[in-house]
Amino acid sequence: MRWGTVPALGVALVALLAVGPFLPAWAVFMLTVAFAKALVVLGLVIMMRAGLVSFGQGLFYGLGAYAAGLATNFFGLTDALVLALLGSIVAAATGFVLGFVMARYREIFFAMLSLALSMILYGILVRSSALGSTDGFNLSPPSFFGFKVGAQQSRLLLYMLTVTLACGSAMALHRFVGSYAGVISQAILTNEIRVEYLGASVTRVLHLVYVIGAAMGGLGGALVALAAGHIDPELAYWTTSGEFVFVAILSGTGHVAAPLLGMTIFEAIRSFALEYSPYTWQMVVGLSMLAVILFLPSGLWSLFSRKRKGETA
Amino acid sequence: MQKLSAILVDGTTYFSWLFIVSLGLTLTYGVMKILNIAHGSFYALGAYAASSAIGAYLAGAHPVAGAYFVLFVAGISIGAVAGFFIERGLLRPMYGRDEVILVLVTYSVFLVLEDVIKLIWGVDPYFAPQPYELLGRVSIGGIAFATYDFALLTLALLIGGLAFWALNFTRRGKLLLAVIHDREISTAMGINVGRIFTATFVIGAILGAIGGAVTAPAISVAPGIGVDVIVLAFAVSVIGGLGSVEGAALGALIVGLARAAAVHLWPEVELFVIYAVMAAVLAVRPQGLFGRAAARKI
Repeated sequence: MRWGTVPALGVALVALLAVGPFLPAWAVFMLTVAFAKALVVLGLVIMMRAGLVSFGQGLFYGLGAYAAGLATNFFGLTDALVLALLGSIVAAATGFVLGFVMARYREIFFAMLSLALSMILYGILVRSSALGSTDGFNLSPPSFFGFKVGAQQSRLLLYMLTVTLACGSAMALHRFVGSYAGVISQAILTNEIRVEYLGASVTRVLHLVYVIGAAMGGLGGALVALAAGHIDPELAYWTTSGEFVFVAILSGTGHVAAPLLGMTIFEAIRSFALEYSPYTWQMVVGLSMLAVILFLPSGLWSLFSRKRKGETA
Repeated sequence: MQKLSAILVDGTTYFSWLFIVSLGLTLTYGVMKILNIAHGSFYALGAYAASSAIGAYLAGAHPVAGAYFVLFVAGISIGAVAGFFIERGLLRPMYGRDEVILVLVTYSVFLVLEDVIKLIWGVDPYFAPQPYELLGRVSIGGIAFATYDFALLTLALLIGGLAFWALNFTRRGKLLLAVIHDREISTAMGINVGRIFTATFVIGAILGAIGGAVTAPAISVAPGIGVDVIVLAFAVSVIGGLGSVEGAALGALIVGLARAAAVHLWPEVELFVIYAVMAAVLAVRPQGLFGRAAARKI
């Protein structure tokens, strides 16, 4: 029996919410961070389906995190959901403005310009002493729908919020992939000029896709900021952006659930590598990455889709 | 006036360093179309190899002047070895895959090498300042500058001149240019593109390692020195036009002077300036100052 993507994600969401209270604290934190980052990758995957590989998603990730951080520390906004949405909106607005320029770029030029923009943000953050320079600053703990809760409940509620937002976004983006803009964006990847001949506006679709990537980046950044309780300029650095591209490729762009799975696996590998071999964790991550590229050319998701092909054949 | 000469001298020092490192990156991209993130690791490897080689050499009570020779031998050999094995062992099976995949392969290599360096050399910083101190200081406009920095400029010009001569006036260099212009036609004309790929990658790695080796005496060599270099080298190459030697020179000059000017006039914007220039150039000329615009394929 084959399930539709939306019901399957719904079941996964219910399962994730149900196991939450029984998970140890480290797992709750790891999954929160993984799903928050998966949101960024989800946006990147949508962009990559249109052929836009951004080496600068750190820009929106950092913007979202700093927007949430500033709002909570300087304007006294503490509600987690409001902060997450605020991060997303700030990033999306920035993405909308930048999109007028970015939608004209392709391939390596798009990658490099997005890298430059994220490094500009990094350069600004590193030198702003009011925002703690390279050290960043700590966030005051969030509240949930008007209630202040203890540290442990707060962690669990944030996990539930993140998981809900991640699965919800995956469902929404699944709908997007099948929509007019979603279908056109795949056609753009195949042959852009023919799409123009057919009468569709490539620039407008790419602009939309770019804004989606930005909104998801900001949402993920804000949630990570809330989960970690601390932000620093590293969020906008090129290695962070590189990691997102890496996970997007590792997961594969074939399915909206792939980034959720890929990011969870990536975070798990990294957490365990950090725990058991703190001096060589980068090597472990690098080697696992190479192994996936060598042995699973279409990403982790191909493990599942291949099985399915066998079923239907 | 003092400030101006300080900016010019610091700018040219940055230029020499950036040019040597970026030349390797831009050549690799031009020929192989690989954005080599592991280039930063070659830089770090060169710096570590040079500083420990100089340390070992000077421990034997040899004349200090010989350290320059040791520095180059260390840089060139580690670059050649690392470049050769990575190209033959890892990249070769990947040719034909997507450009992004190749970037990620070099990213993985970078992560692995970061830890390999820590395993070999540990996490404590290395110092090898003897070659830097031996040359003393000269005074220009009332400010004392290290002579070593001027030696670095000479080296950068020498390498640049050599690269220009080799590419335009030797047979092998012309073959390389042909591959940069059109890989498919070059293959059809009987150029052994596989061999050119290996040669280019090794040369690129050597240039990265030399960049690290000559910088080692002026800095403390510590983990993480490769990370910043990569993105700076990207900025330089992109400003000049990826794959262009002249572009790397101009890009290094622009970035070097911009950074020096920012450091002396308005230190808060130091990092910002470099990437603002990069974004501005990309916005006006996406293919870089010396790059050729690609034809649209229907």
